[in-house]
Amino acid sequence: MTTMRERFYELAREALDEDGRVAVVTAQIGTDAIGEHPRHFDVGIREQLMIGVAAGLALEGYRPVAHSYTPFLVERPYEMLKLDLGHNDLGAVLVSIGASYDAAHEGRTHQAPEDVALVAALPGWTIHVPGHVDELDHLLRRAFAGNDRVYVRLSEEENHARVDGGGFTVLRRGSSGAPLVVSVGPTLAPVLEATAGRDVSVAYLATVRPFPHAQLFTALGGGTDVVLVEPYLAGTSAAEVAVALRDRPHRVLALGVPNEEFRHYGTGAEHRIAHGLDAAGIARSLDTFLEAVVETPQPTRIER
Amino acid sequence: MRMATTMAPGYDALPSLLTRLTGDEKHDRSALSTLDVLWVLYDRVLGEDDRFLLSKGHGPAAFYAVLAAKGIVPVEALDGFGSFDSQLGYHPDRVLAPGVEISSGSLGHGLGIAVGAALTGRRVFCLVGDAELDEGSNWEAVQYAGRVGLGSLTTIVIDNDSSWHGWPEGIERRFMLEGWIALRVDGRDQEALEAVLRPDLAGNRPRCIVAEVEAR
Repeated sequence: MTTMRERFYELAREALDEDGRVAVVTAQIGTDAIGEHPRHFDVGIREQLMIGVAAGLALEGYRPVAHSYTPFLVERPYEMLKLDLGHNDLGAVLVSIGASYDAAHEGRTHQAPEDVALVAALPGWTIHVPGHVDELDHLLRRAFAGNDRVYVRLSEEENHARVDGGGFTVLRRGSSGAPLVVSVGPTLAPVLEATAGRDVSVAYLATVRPFPHAQLFTALGGGTDVVLVEPYLAGTSAAEVAVALRDRPHRVLALGVPNEEFRHYGTGAEHRIAHGLDAAGIARSLDTFLEAVVETPQPTRIER
Repeated sequence: MRMATTMAPGYDALPSLLTRLTGDEKHDRSALSTLDVLWVLYDRVLGEDDRFLLSKGHGPAAFYAVLAAKGIVPVEALDGFGSFDSQLGYHPDRVLAPGVEISSGSLGHGLGIAVGAALTGRRVFCLVGDAELDEGSNWEAVQYAGRVGLGSLTTIVIDNDSSWHGWPEGIERRFMLEGWIALRVDGRDQEALEAVLRPDLAGNRPRCIVAEVEAR
């Protein structure tokens, strides 16, 4: 099966061949996979330059696509995102791989659960967190054709199937007043498992910025409880939920990767469990938050 | 480069434009370190298709004065420099100010952007300061531009000896090691500046002009 990463490379090559405006800038990640092309520039291991070059290309009317591992695309050149692109009012498509803990075995240096919060702290960025490889074609082709600033966060974690419908899609409706679980990107598979048999509504969200305030407000109906499940830093979108619901009493549980120095290697699956983002962990958090008796089949619990 | 659209006041008007900008008869030296280089660029070097990126965005008074003298920035815009609604701030904003090609102020950003623009074949001139070169991001750009032979790029380093730890054995030598053509000229000698900045380069090496001015 094609991974998100592989599909991105295919789409990048296709865009280079078909759209003379598109230029790709890399820094020794994906260099060979994207391959040689007159508008593919690999700058060596120089990520600050990678974003500066992207800005310079945008200044000349090109549509730059910059790509690297999450920490090297977002964190190392963060001021270049803020100034070279944002303050200069220039557009680019930034595509990361590695997500929060895909490279768990590499250690903290290659883990970047902070990325979405960082990009979201800058004005004017659209942020996509696709949950399935088949969601990429639409997202990336649209991003390549635009002029704005777009961050696309790819991951090895994936849902079982794509979700159509774009930004905010209600997949399941609970009874009137039922809690609303908002599942971001690749958290949908464990969220569906953890919510099976519960009286909750479930919505899927792949485009987290701009945040769909109105859709969330409507989807909550007469309810008060929102559970946000994000595959990156816990609480990244909690303030957006507060904005959406500012005129009504509500409760929010924000699940995600805890803000702590997490000194473990291993696999992404182990990290997901340790952060309580597997089905059992999400179910535990829902139990506590909703203080509800769970009826039908409970997922297997894994104690930490 | 945006070309002048009105009758321009010219070089002799620069002192009064600076006074109009800052309100002072005496002018801050860091603002004036770039004055002759900027004048030569805008008066004799830059063509309509060229880009000039002021990476050293602090002390932009000379830059604004030259833009005004060339009719690119309206002279009236100099009034209220740095005030709430001014187009012209203490660090330039390309969205606000006509003729400003990049927003700058945080050091070490312009050269990377210049490399990106020059990769498209555009003739690009980027002005940095010797202290600005302390920022490591510049060297990412210097190394890469040299390796790929980015002949359309010229970097002008205003050297007023303000880098705290200095550049033992010279700034030029560092650029040359990375594959640049590098020259040192008197940053107050307009004829010398024109002579090194005006000709197009033969070949594919980027060019570094160290323009030496009085020490800060």
